Amino acid sequence: MTDALPMRPATRDAAYNFAYLDEATKRALRRTILKAVAIPGHQIPFGAREMPLPYGWGTGGIQVTAAILGPRDVLKVIDQGADDTTNAVSIRRFFNRVAGVATTTDTRAATIIQTRHRIPETPLREGQVLVYQVPMPEPLFRLEPRLAETRRIHALADYGLMQVKLYEDIAAQGEVGSSYNHPVMVGGRYLMSPSPIPGFDNPKMHRMPALQLFGAGREKKIYAVPPWTEVRSLDFEDHPFRPVRAPHACSLCGSTGSYLDEIVTDDRGGRMFVCSDTDYCERRR
Amino acid sequence: MNDIALRVEGLAKGFTLHLQGGASFPVLRDEALEVRAGECVALAGPSGAGKSTLMRCLYGNYGSDDGRIRLRHRGALLDLAAADPRLVREVRRETLGYVSQFLRVIPRVSAREVVAEPLAERGTPRAEALARAEALLTRLNLPRRLHDLPPATFSGGEQQRLNLARGFAPGYPLLLLDEPTASLDAANREVVVALIAEAKQAGAAIIGIFHDIEVRDRVADRLHEVRPLPDAA
Amino acid sequence: MILRAGNLSLAFGAVRALDGVSLDLWPGEVLAVVGESGSGKSTLLRVLAGQMRPDAGRVLYADATGAEREIGALTEAELRRLWRSEWGFVQQNPRDGLRMGVSAGGNVGERLMAAGCRHYGTIREEAAEWMRRVELDPARMDDSPRTFSGGMQQRLQIARTLVTRPRLVFMDEPTGGLDVSVQAKLLDLIRGLVADLGLAVVLVTHDIAAARLLAHRIVVMRHGRVVEQGLTDRVLDDPRHEYTQLLVASVLAA
Repeated sequence: MTDALPMRPATRDAAYNFAYLDEATKRALRRTILKAVAIPGHQIPFGAREMPLPYGWGTGGIQVTAAILGPRDVLKVIDQGADDTTNAVSIRRFFNRVAGVATTTDTRAATIIQTRHRIPETPLREGQVLVYQVPMPEPLFRLEPRLAETRRIHALADYGLMQVKLYEDIAAQGEVGSSYNHPVMVGGRYLMSPSPIPGFDNPKMHRMPALQLFGAGREKKIYAVPPWTEVRSLDFEDHPFRPVRAPHACSLCGSTGSYLDEIVTDDRGGRMFVCSDTDYCERRR
Repeated sequence: MNDIALRVEGLAKGFTLHLQGGASFPVLRDEALEVRAGECVALAGPSGAGKSTLMRCLYGNYGSDDGRIRLRHRGALLDLAAADPRLVREVRRETLGYVSQFLRVIPRVSAREVVAEPLAERGTPRAEALARAEALLTRLNLPRRLHDLPPATFSGGEQQRLNLARGFAPGYPLLLLDEPTASLDAANREVVVALIAEAKQAGAAIIGIFHDIEVRDRVADRLHEVRPLPDAA
Repeated sequence: MILRAGNLSLAFGAVRALDGVSLDLWPGEVLAVVGESGSGKSTLLRVLAGQMRPDAGRVLYADATGAEREIGALTEAELRRLWRSEWGFVQQNPRDGLRMGVSAGGNVGERLMAAGCRHYGTIREEAAEWMRRVELDPARMDDSPRTFSGGMQQRLQIARTLVTRPRLVFMDEPTGGLDVSVQAKLLDLIRGLVADLGLAVVLVTHDIAAARLLAHRIVVMRHGRVVEQGLTDRVLDDPRHEYTQLLVASVLAA
């Protein structure tokens, strides 16, 4: 993360402050982020600003990105693994206009990657930052409706209830059920929602060399997993967590190790499986 | 003296009925009684004199207003009238047995278990306790088919025999018997007479109320007269 | 001594819910707190269990290591640890003590999981065993407690409470909302479990028959005060205080 320098690239829209937010707001956000990094997995409230995008379009992630973005950063934005969907394209364009930063689709070239619902297949390295867009930061949300009580549960690490949910999944479906947004324990202390990434991506969070930041705009929470932090998916000893993917090879690149999307090709039951990570797939072809 | 099992001194007991305008009436006053190990003392006196009240005081079921109830427990004499509830429970578990005329029925617990319970509470292994219960119930001629049934539906005589088995099974050093043969036939009366004799032989001190004079004279070493108080209401 | 309360007082405005209440409880002992509604018995239970703070007085608990802890001085984390390990609660309404959205087995297993058990098979086995112990069919382990009768729900709550073998259990009118025939069965079940496990129990009830069946000792409360206490059969067969005589007489009349 490089600091915001007073250098203004030519393409930046000068009507806006660098990266849209004013400097005081960005400083407040950075303080929140530092606090989040200091307490891995713990949700820190912040005063989320109105952004020129509706909630659900990644306002939390955008604010985090805006706070850490510097003029020399290279930004990649993905939505469900793809660089070319509406959401990804709009956010990339937004930062290109308000910060004038270089953008890329190449995971290796990016310094900041903002993501919705995926972790890139290409392993991240030290110095990179992965910014997640989070719709619901509270992993106990469906189990305990009282917010004060969830805070108390986190404070006391009293997580038996979450385990009960997993127990119920196995009792009902024979396996740990959540195929996405499967809860994790961070650094052996805090229960955390990984955002709605597929369970397939959960192991990538464990001891990841890159910094992981999570922003929830509507719920006004930021949390973080510092580099090299232990991240364990909740499970039972006799029902260990298993990342799953469709048992196929990618129809485009032939990959048998990446997460696949199923695409219906016609109305006669034709379908194909392709990598959800478009950058990874194109590079392999 | 070392063979004193029970010594009652200056015992007084009365009742105040708050719901009847606070009417107060004394039942026992300055009651004194001494019973030695291996001795059986029968309480005598007219009906209403307070024999049952005395028995209940001796068991700690009624609180005493004054005086001492000293009994030998774990080798020393302690005052039951002044003992806290925990100590009373300990005394009842280890030292003091009581066969009342009525059985307080515990739902769903079998006759055999009812008899074995006080044994088990004293630490007798369960199998041994049940075997001892079985043997006593058989000796008291309780039909075998009833042993596994809860006694709620038993007849008066059957319930009394259950009570007797429960009272005699643990071999308490001090045993209180409140009309133990009231509902029994001749054959079972004989069994009770034999049980009392055996308990005395084993060193137990026994205090009883016996309406059956013949039984009383056969088991009791002496009588203790309980006299009605002149000013009793 | 497992629990000792000294001189507890608590007022709600002008109402003295607790007025100088002292009591103690020993391991393996069942203590019934009886009295009519408004006597302060439920408040006493909450204060003993650390769910409410008294205005004056204190509650001491001797934990499993033998150390004496003052309940009012515990941090919330310590108190909660007690609640889910060494202590148990049985609520009058099973819906307050169960998670109605979680299966019967999940309900029984929750305390095991809270205690750190992470073996699904072991949790299932324990849950089945405890359902059997409270006379529920383990085949219904994956059913919702909503499909259970009131008596079954109450037995499930008891299984859920006892599965981690607490040392001290607080019971608030455990047979309160049940039919008389169901009450008798439940009381008997509680009686057996308490004896088998050697539990210390504080039982709040207005049911004299329940107190007689379960309790070794009785505390009679009225207007926030203990008016009489002692051995269960002594208090019930030879009641001294006017109010106790009234309580006992009402039962006989009923």
